[in-house]
Amino acid sequence: MTTTTRTDTNAAALALGDDALVLSHRLGEWMGHAPVLEEEVALANIALDLLGQARILLSMAGDEDELAYLREERSFRNLQLVEQPNGDFAHTIARQLYFSTYQHLLYARLATVDGPFAGLAAKAVKEVAYHRDHAEQWTLRLGDGTDESHERMQRACTALWRFTGEMFRPLAGLGLDPADLEPAWLESVRAVLDRAGLAVPEGARSGAWRAGAGREGLHTESFGRMLAEMQHLHRSHPGASW
Amino acid sequence: MATAAAHRTARTQPHTAQDDGGGDEAHQRAFDATVAADERIEPRDWMPDAYRATLVRQIAQHAHSEIIGMQPEANWITRAPSLRRKAILMAKVQDEAGHGLYLYSAAETLGVSREELLDKLHTGRQKYSSIFNYPTLTWADVGAIGWLVDGAAITNQVPLCRCSYGPYARAMVRVCKEESFHQRQGYELLLALSRGTPEQHAMAQDAVDRWWWPSLMMFGPPDDESAHSAQSMTWKIKRHSNDELRRRFVDICVPQAASVGLTLPDPDLKWNEESGHHDFGPIDWTEFKEVLKGNGPCNEQRITQRRRAHDEGAWVREAAAAHAAKHTSRTETEQA
Repeated sequence: MTTTTRTDTNAAALALGDDALVLSHRLGEWMGHAPVLEEEVALANIALDLLGQARILLSMAGDEDELAYLREERSFRNLQLVEQPNGDFAHTIARQLYFSTYQHLLYARLATVDGPFAGLAAKAVKEVAYHRDHAEQWTLRLGDGTDESHERMQRACTALWRFTGEMFRPLAGLGLDPADLEPAWLESVRAVLDRAGLAVPEGARSGAWRAGAGREGLHTESFGRMLAEMQHLHRSHPGASW
Repeated sequence: MATAAAHRTARTQPHTAQDDGGGDEAHQRAFDATVAADERIEPRDWMPDAYRATLVRQIAQHAHSEIIGMQPEANWITRAPSLRRKAILMAKVQDEAGHGLYLYSAAETLGVSREELLDKLHTGRQKYSSIFNYPTLTWADVGAIGWLVDGAAITNQVPLCRCSYGPYARAMVRVCKEESFHQRQGYELLLALSRGTPEQHAMAQDAVDRWWWPSLMMFGPPDDESAHSAQSMTWKIKRHSNDELRRRFVDICVPQAASVGLTLPDPDLKWNEESGHHDFGPIDWTEFKEVLKGNGPCNEQRITQRRRAHDEGAWVREAAAAHAAKHTSRTETEQA
């Protein structure tokens, strides 16, 4: 920890904050469109938890609104996984399964490491445990539901698989190596997919087109459009308070 | 109270046992006594069919309004201009979904199902509040909805906390607590805009100009044209007339508008020393009727989105049901 600089901590806070911010935004797009009313509540609840985490993390790195609203696409450090469009409900759930499993393992570890993220992680790990449970339960229901839901869930798990490797790339300033989380992540995701009767996807897990892409500010095409919508009003009134 | 207590045995006869010795007349007397004593009617109590039908209609419409009401505000979640405002708005829309759930549960105590009610919403056989057929065109609309629309809703709903039907009254207690929080947040949003840049102030004034009259229409038609009012007041479902609540709302809003630094779009609005209330200009009831008939700016869009969410979610609900059925049969096999 002695070699960790303030700049590294900021960079790590930004990366984790961007993950939470961007996924929260995607989940916010579901509001008013969910398949059952209970999911309107659940998805909004998860989105709110993530937004709360994002605000704490971005505030560690600077001014939360400046960072959220005034950076361009190439300066965002979120994983490509979390920026993926919602797709159908199965696609959203697969994204939640992959990410919340990772986030839960990460925060559980960070909560025990004496570093700048311990406080946040201790609080957030409880929220994320709920997100993970929600995603696992829905993976089981969809995987082991009807033929159609099984097919959709399988398609979603497979489509997002290639974005999962990026989660385990090194991240300076974090105080731990994300690669250490990968075996537990694989084991957990495999076990859930197994119980759901879903095949563990094959193929590369190395990101869209380059390992570590999102963390380097290299995003997928839909992300710019998402930011355009998110930032438009704030940017239209420079310097205004809301 | 004593009268009602004496009739308690009679009134707790199940709804299906209407032709026992007591007959409908005894039940009716017990019901009337309970209502007169300001006690609550509960789901297993006997109640007149028309009372049941009125409550189903009103509670369902109320639930539908919460659900459709998510749309105009959710329209701004992805564009909220600060993370704090985004969190507040998300929490609010989530609360509305929760209110919808409470209210469908309250309606279900009257012997209908949520599915049945949603189907009636989707096919236009049941209505939702006319206010949600107006579009949210700017961020300030989120504040105007919080202040005026939620304000009108609270004025309507606080008396419902004392409504004669227990499950509805209890749902309203919970709803009103959250609703008044939303209203303060909306007011605070408008205040920030009103005190902000000239562009922000203009945005806030424009929103109030567009939402003021539709908010007044939320209290329903004038008393002399309100079809259900008299009966609902006798049954103590309603406690005050439409016009009375509307007047109360105007009296509350006028000083609030002044302190938020915005004007209300009514040249006839002025204090009447004699009545102790504000006089206000005529409401465009033609517009109200058109919106109710389905010809408002967003009627088509709101129902289409709701239907689409429901239809596109069908496979998810089927999957959950199929999974639950498999789980049940597996458990039974294991136990056998």
